Amino acid sequence: MKRLKRLKPLARHQELWLGLLGVLLAFGVCEAVGRAGIVRRSYLPPASEVLVRAVELAGDRAFLDGIGATLRAWALGLGLAVAIAVPLGLLLGSVPVVDSAVRVIVEFLRPLPSVALIPLVSLLLGTGTGTKVALITYASVWPVLFNTIYGLGETDPIARDTLRAFGFGRLSVLLRVELPGTAPFIAAGIRISAAIALILAVATELLSGFGEGLGIFIAQAGLSTDGTRDVLAGVVWAGALGLVINGVLVWAEHRLFPWTPERRADGRGVRS
Amino acid sequence: MTLRLDSLGQRYGDQRVLHDITLTVPDGQLLCVVGPSGCGKSTLLRTVAGLQPAREGTVTVDGTPVTGVPDQLAVVFQDYGRSLFPWLTVRDNVALPLRRRGLARAERRAEAERILERVGLDGAGRRHPWQLSGGMQQRVAIARALVCRPSLLLMDEPFGSLDAQTREDLEDLLLEVHRTDGTTIVFVTHDIDESVYVGDRVVVLSPAPASRIVLDLPVELPGGRDQIATRGLPEFVALRAEVGRAVRGS
Repeated sequence: MKRLKRLKPLARHQELWLGLLGVLLAFGVCEAVGRAGIVRRSYLPPASEVLVRAVELAGDRAFLDGIGATLRAWALGLGLAVAIAVPLGLLLGSVPVVDSAVRVIVEFLRPLPSVALIPLVSLLLGTGTGTKVALITYASVWPVLFNTIYGLGETDPIARDTLRAFGFGRLSVLLRVELPGTAPFIAAGIRISAAIALILAVATELLSGFGEGLGIFIAQAGLSTDGTRDVLAGVVWAGALGLVINGVLVWAEHRLFPWTPERRADGRGVRS
Repeated sequence: MTLRLDSLGQRYGDQRVLHDITLTVPDGQLLCVVGPSGCGKSTLLRTVAGLQPAREGTVTVDGTPVTGVPDQLAVVFQDYGRSLFPWLTVRDNVALPLRRRGLARAERRAEAERILERVGLDGAGRRHPWQLSGGMQQRVAIARALVCRPSLLLMDEPFGSLDAQTREDLEDLLLEVHRTDGTTIVFVTHDIDESVYVGDRVVVLSPAPASRIVLDLPVELPGGRDQIATRGLPEFVALRAEVGRAVRGS
């Protein structure tokens, strides 16, 4: 979890301004390409039109219902993934026999691209929420699982011995030292999985093409004439959702785990 | 609490770490174990704490063989930064061992605050360990060890990573605790001066491998201990020289 040190750390407001500058620049380039007539306007509308449409969609009841459906599947899939991955990770990380037995299966399943599983799972579970949630769960399990196992391995043996020396048993060591020590790793895993889950939610909708959701909106817009603007507006929404989710999770990690080494330097600690 | 080691031996694979250690620590004694780095001092302490089973010989506490962690035991490690839990406040760190006593939360907290005051940390209970200086953190670790009123206190180079002034303050704190509570203490250190200043008795281990006891010396110094005066006494200087020679093996 070590972070590379910047040469000179930027102040908070500087970072904000630079971020805004980057966004404006990218926006400007897209706008210019759209207006310059290099490609047909209906194929690539200028950024401003896309943005206006994206804002309009915020007032569109049907569209918002779709977003709601996507987010429900996202939350359900991610929640299931965490509920599976954390206990499994704790088990694999603390019982070497189980780890050896399961490791091969895990390493076989992990590199399978989840998007490639969409047709198969649709065939088995139909095109409803079940498919979406199953695929999201499948894809989101890995980062949380591996971060849990890794975090458990990072538990300080001295912290463990300290608790044992006070007469606490194996279960107490797991709950009072290993789990809280692993929690920041688990949270980082959840943050990575949150993005993956969003990709899977939209991708499953796009490829299965039924029901409701952000992916469905994008898929249907792609079929209509001059639909590129709506497609891109949908993409803007997907990106914005990802940005907000990530921001909330980063903020939550800061609040929940102020003790991790890279956050202690935030000026509150006196170190000697 | 009387601690007895009977031809205790310890090894990691083929490597013999401790060899034929026989030692009785009577109730209330403060025993210092000195030896060069890597001589198995920490292994000795871990074995007494029941964190690691004895490969040869036995360890008994008040006549009962040590098979797991004995009751009434507390350990202070050198590395306070790793042994204190950063997700708990100072007060909750100190109160943690009391969870095994079935005390209510309020009682645990009150007891923790009381013991924090004793080690000179009143008012720091709500902060987190990593917000404190090294010396204060080690005081927290000592408070946590004392909170259950242990009859046997094991300390593994507890002041090894502190600056000289802080170290002297904590040595005096330890002596005060020992005087009032009469706890049996095994204090591991590589600092010869410290061992003579703190200990009622100093045991020197030979260098690795297969460390054994090469010197077992009672420390008899007139009067109470004082950082300046005691260290200037001719008796202190003579004892320090004797321990020093034993550590160097000459």
